[in-house]
Amino acid sequence: MKLRVGDAVLAAAVVALMAVLPSVYSNELLLFNFVMFLTLSQGLNILYGFTGYLPFGYVGFFGAGAYGFAIAVMNYGAGPLPAMLIAAAAAVILALVLMPLLRLSGAYFAIASLAAAQAVYQVISNPALEQVTKGPYGVSLTGVFAPRLSYYVAVGIMAGTFALVVWLRNSRFGLALQAIREDTVSAGMAGVSVVRFRTVAWLLSALVAGLVGGVFAWHISVFYPDTAFDVGISIFATVFTLFGGATTLTGPLLGVAILYGVYNAIGITVPQYFQLIYGTLIVGLVMFLPNGLVSLLTRRGIRVP
Amino acid sequence: MAEPLLSASGIETGYGKVQVLWGAGIEVAERQSVVLLGANGAGKTTLLKVLLGLLPAWGGTVRLAGEDITALRTDHRVRRGLSYMSEIGVFTGLSIAENIRIGGQFVDSATLRRRTEELFEIFPDLAGRRSTLAGALSGGQRKMLGIAKALAAGPRVLVMDEPSAGLSPLFVSQVIAVLGKFRGTGLSLLIAEQNVAFLDLADRVFTLEGGRVGFSGTVEELNADDALHRAYFGLA
Repeated sequence: MKLRVGDAVLAAAVVALMAVLPSVYSNELLLFNFVMFLTLSQGLNILYGFTGYLPFGYVGFFGAGAYGFAIAVMNYGAGPLPAMLIAAAAAVILALVLMPLLRLSGAYFAIASLAAAQAVYQVISNPALEQVTKGPYGVSLTGVFAPRLSYYVAVGIMAGTFALVVWLRNSRFGLALQAIREDTVSAGMAGVSVVRFRTVAWLLSALVAGLVGGVFAWHISVFYPDTAFDVGISIFATVFTLFGGATTLTGPLLGVAILYGVYNAIGITVPQYFQLIYGTLIVGLVMFLPNGLVSLLTRRGIRVP
Repeated sequence: MAEPLLSASGIETGYGKVQVLWGAGIEVAERQSVVLLGANGAGKTTLLKVLLGLLPAWGGTVRLAGEDITALRTDHRVRRGLSYMSEIGVFTGLSIAENIRIGGQFVDSATLRRRTEELFEIFPDLAGRRSTLAGALSGGQRKMLGIAKALAAGPRVLVMDEPSAGLSPLFVSQVIAVLGKFRGTGLSLLIAEQNVAFLDLADRVFTLEGGRVGFSGTVEELNADDALHRAYFGLA
C-alpha cells in the first residue's frame, strides 16, 4: 500500500477540527449534525464512490442502527457502548438480508434500496410492535443521555470512517472495487473476485451508517421513527457526496461544508431562498460538473486527496 | 507427448438456444504461440469466453496445467495463470498505473513493483504518463496498456481477442513487435485474429469455421494448403 500523505493529513485535520470545535463553539447539536453528515456521506462514498451502487435507501441502515441502539437500551438495559455494538450489528444484519439487491444495478438498485428502507420503517413504526420498538410513539433514552461523550464517540466513528476511505483510496482492495465500478466483467477478467469484494463494500458502508445511527440515538436520546428513517437523511448524504465528488475524501467533505453550511445558515430562517439557492446549485452542478466540485481539479490532472 | 499447458476439447456452447460452438477444441503448449484464425462470427470470441469462464460450456472440458478448470470461476482461472486481454481492454476511468496495479491484483507488492518497471521498459509510451487516465489514451495506446495490464498478473498463458481490432496497420505492426518480444519466453500466447499478419508470431495455427475447428498445424502447413491459403490470405 502506497499512502498518499495528502489523504491522511486532510482526514486528520478535519477530525482534529471537529474534536476541538465544541470548546470554542457552543451549539453542540449543530456540530453533532455536521459530524453525522461528514461520516454518513463518507459511508455512502464507500459504496457509491467505489462500487457505483447508489443507495437511496441508505437511511435504512442509519435507522436500523438508531433502533438497534434504542432497543438494546430500553428493553435490555444495555449501557451505551454495548448498545453501539448492537446498533452496528443491526445495520450489518439488515445489509446481509438485503444482499440480493446487489443483483440489481443503476436506478433499479437505487429504488429497491429506498423501498427496502421504507419497509423497515413501516415495521418499526407499526403500533402493534409498541412493546418492542414503541411503534410510532417514539423512544426516550434519557437514562443514557450524555451529549459530550456521545459527541466524541461520533467524532471517533468519523475518524474510523475517514481512515477506511483513505485505506480504500490507497489499497489494492479499493482499486479492485473501482475496477468493479468501471466494468464488472473486465474486473473479473483481471482476477478480481467481484461478488466477494462488492459484498465487503456493501457491509462496510452499512456498518458506518449503523454506527452513526446508533450514536445519533444516543446523542439526541428522544426520537421518532420519522426522524430515524427520514429519507431526507439519504438525500442529504447523497447530494453532499455527489456535489463534492465521489471516490475522493475531499469531495464529500466539501459537499457537507458548503451545502450543509448553506442549509444551516439560511435553510431554517428563510427556507424559500434556501431552496432556490439549493436547487440552483444542484442543477448547475449536474449540468456543468457531473463528477462534482473536485472534478474542476481532477480533470486538469491534479490529484485531489 | 506431455499434456499441453492449456487445452479445450469438445466444447459445445452458445447463447440462449443458439448453439455457436460444435465440439471445438484447441491446444496451447508451454512457451508456444498459437493463433486462432477465423472470420467474423466463426466463434473465436465465444471459444475464448469459454476458456476464461465468461460463458459456461454446455459440453466438453477446459484444462490448464493438468487441472480441469471447466467449472472454475473467471477470477480463479486468472489466479491460476490465465490472463485475458479483451477488446474492451482497459478501465478508462483509472490511470495507467492503476490499470496495471489492477492487473497485478494478487501479485505481492515487491514483484508487482519490479514487474511494473519491466512493463514500462517494454511500453515506453506509457512510462511517461503513469497518472494519465486510460480514457485519454488513443486506441493503439489503450491496446498496449491492455497488454501491459494482462501481463502484470504474470500469466502463464496470455489470451488475446483480436488485438488488431480498430488499429491502423502501423499500430498492428507495433503490437506484433511487442508480442514478438514474449515469444519463446516463459509465456504462452493464444491470439484470436482475422488479421493474418499475426501469423508471423504463430508456432501453431487453428482455424475456426462455423463453430468447428477446421485446420490445425503450422503456418507452413497452412500455406501449403491452397484452399485454406486462399480463404485466409484472400489471394488468388
